[in-house]
Amino acid sequence: MEGGRGPGPRIREGDCAVLKRGDVFKAVPVLRRRKIIFEKQWFYLDNAIGHIYGTTFEVTSGGNLQPKQEVEETTKETKEAGTDNRNIVDDGKSQKLTHDDIKALKDKGIKGQEIVQQLIENSTTFRDKTEFAQDKYIKKKKKKYEAVITIVKPSTRILSTMYYAREPGKINHLRYDTLAQMLTLGNIRAGNKMIVMETCAGLVLGAVMERMGGYGSIIQMYPGGGPVRAATSCFGFPKLFFDNLHEFPLSKVDSLLSGTFSTESLPSEPEEESNGLTEEKQTSPQEAEEESPTEAAMEINQTEEQETMDINAEDVEFKENKEKENVREKQRKQWERRKKLIETAALLREKNADGLIVASKFHPAPLLLPLLEFVAPSRPFVVYCQYKEPLLECYTKLRERGGVINLKLSETWLRNYQVLPDRSHPKLTMSGGGGYLLSGITVVLDKGKSDPSNLEALQMEEPSSKRCKVQDVHC
Amino acid sequence: MSFVEYGDTIKDGDTAIVFLGHESMFPVKVQHGTITQTKYGVIRHSTDLIGKKYGSKVTCSKGGWVFILHPTPELWTMNLPHRTQILYSTDISMITMMLELKPGSIVCESGTGSGSLSHALIRTVAPTGHLYTVEFHQQRAEKAREEFREHGVEHLVTVTNQDVCKNGFGVSNIADAVFLDIPSPWEAIGHAKSALKAEGGRICSFSPCIEQVQRTCLAMEEYGFTEINTLEILLRVYNIRTISLQIPDLGKAAEGNSSMGFDSSNPSSQGSPCANLQQGTVQFKSGVPLREMVGHTGYLTFATKS
Repeated sequence: MEGGRGPGPRIREGDCAVLKRGDVFKAVPVLRRRKIIFEKQWFYLDNAIGHIYGTTFEVTSGGNLQPKQEVEETTKETKEAGTDNRNIVDDGKSQKLTHDDIKALKDKGIKGQEIVQQLIENSTTFRDKTEFAQDKYIKKKKKKYEAVITIVKPSTRILSTMYYAREPGKINHLRYDTLAQMLTLGNIRAGNKMIVMETCAGLVLGAVMERMGGYGSIIQMYPGGGPVRAATSCFGFPKLFFDNLHEFPLSKVDSLLSGTFSTESLPSEPEEESNGLTEEKQTSPQEAEEESPTEAAMEINQTEEQETMDINAEDVEFKENKEKENVREKQRKQWERRKKLIETAALLREKNADGLIVASKFHPAPLLLPLLEFVAPSRPFVVYCQYKEPLLECYTKLRERGGVINLKLSETWLRNYQVLPDRSHPKLTMSGGGGYLLSGITVVLDKGKSDPSNLEALQMEEPSSKRCKVQDVHC
Repeated sequence: MSFVEYGDTIKDGDTAIVFLGHESMFPVKVQHGTITQTKYGVIRHSTDLIGKKYGSKVTCSKGGWVFILHPTPELWTMNLPHRTQILYSTDISMITMMLELKPGSIVCESGTGSGSLSHALIRTVAPTGHLYTVEFHQQRAEKAREEFREHGVEHLVTVTNQDVCKNGFGVSNIADAVFLDIPSPWEAIGHAKSALKAEGGRICSFSPCIEQVQRTCLAMEEYGFTEINTLEILLRVYNIRTISLQIPDLGKAAEGNSSMGFDSSNPSSQGSPCANLQQGTVQFKSGVPLREMVGHTGYLTFATKS
């Protein structure tokens, strides 16, 4: 995070890094002697440690990584190419190498680059192909046989692209351009006091944290037993970013707003259990990989513990002490959690948050209305939903409530292009949907004469919605 | 107030946004003794604005009212005085994320133009980052400097009046990201590369025409940029309407059929069965696309220096 000084950030053991091959990403923890499987290849990251982020590696036999040397493109001697494909017949015999030949080459550990060269030489039709077709052929073969991976530093750009491609279900199909809109519409920046309610594996939280750079505070509202932050941990944020990250259970929002909030009723014990469960359920595969070392460490601890227990088998007092210690530890943790909860409740009670971001699997309307209570006037809010219809309802409810202006329902379309000399065009496929956003700005809510003023607001903003409001009132 | 920090109350010298109604707003510079005319009447800064909370409803002389909003780069983009074509928030959001900008980032930009993107960049890199922006038009450069001063962000930005294609950004090896919105970006790729940190960084070029993109991509490749990627982002805005569709009369016996035969199970129409029976209509809420939308702003080409 504090990149900028020195020769550039280097890959260190324990980092969270992202592997990249072509357009495919995978987040992994950097650990020694840990087998990693990525894009049908397995390797170890040991050799990558100490290299600068952005280095491209070649996978060699035995799963070692070797920094890829910049190879000078073997100047295609006597470029020969056809002009069209009128004489190219698909007889299935153009490649003289058989499957077995290719496999033999691979097994010999021959470099992918050379295999590609052999394939070209043994293709009878290659020379008759047009220059563009040759290019395409080489690219395709390179992609298959040249096993290169780049190790990059995680960022919102990379992680949101990765999640959308690999596990869109975990982030409610929030496409990365939609996330980009949210960060901008929400005016996310250093120094803000933000409220974030998300069930996107912690990706949205991470994106907000990146944009705030450790300045200001974030209150994450969570459903169930605890916040899910599998994606957040992929960012590799420094510890200090977590100092002002608070969490508050959604189930306590009502009581906080009605003034009956107390921590006494907090079901702390079962909460802890369910916490573990939900996290386990929702962790992504890469996260699971990351977690296993701790599991291993725990196992070691346990066996050690058992051994000591055996030795001190008669020493009952010791055991009792240990138990007491455990109980005390639990109490201490509970007390700490309670303290944090009280602090967070106090932060919310100030009702002066600088913005609200909602992106969850829940119906947005019942989330948005109460959570907006905690936001100061003249601050932006953004609600994401995979579907448009719930946001229509949100819009109507917000209009009834008042206290918001400049409401906007929007969606972005993203189109990627292939840009090559004489071959530029939009890419063949584009994403069908990346969700919808409802955004707006809070204003001071007129209390007392709330209803007439609402009608006035409706009149001012949109005459058509006034009509429907009147009808709603009638029925 | 400042464009990089929220303030609660309106102060003398602030830039505030007067919100009149649906998409109708304008910026004002708050000054003691000044008045602003709106279609709802006069706003007197000393009494109506200064000391009030941002987000307040302000009653104007004719009895109408407006809301006064805290400025943000997004509101500024919608209201700034145009000196050039500007970038809008949809493109800006993509640029910010794909350039991986965050607090502390050092960014180079050219041209400054009307400062729409500049304000957004400054917002994102504050409080520890910096924006170096280059504008070859002297008057525009001056005006941009003045605005940055007024908006309390001058410490975060350096405006240089020179030709980026000839003289570059005036800095080298310090930028995390470079953004180009100029007619011939391919002529500035070399300068962009040397402005970026030795360890690498990201670049983005915005061009309306595909031929410009073509040449830019070639130049990027020539200078060893990788991950070259061109994309386009389009914003679709929906109006939210309650729509009634008439049920056709197929000559069936009248009573109850309109509601029984056609199950208008739509929850939004549940509230108005009366309308259903009387007129034979079905009501529903819909997000209706605007009649016209922005179909193209420009292609965004991103690449990495590594």
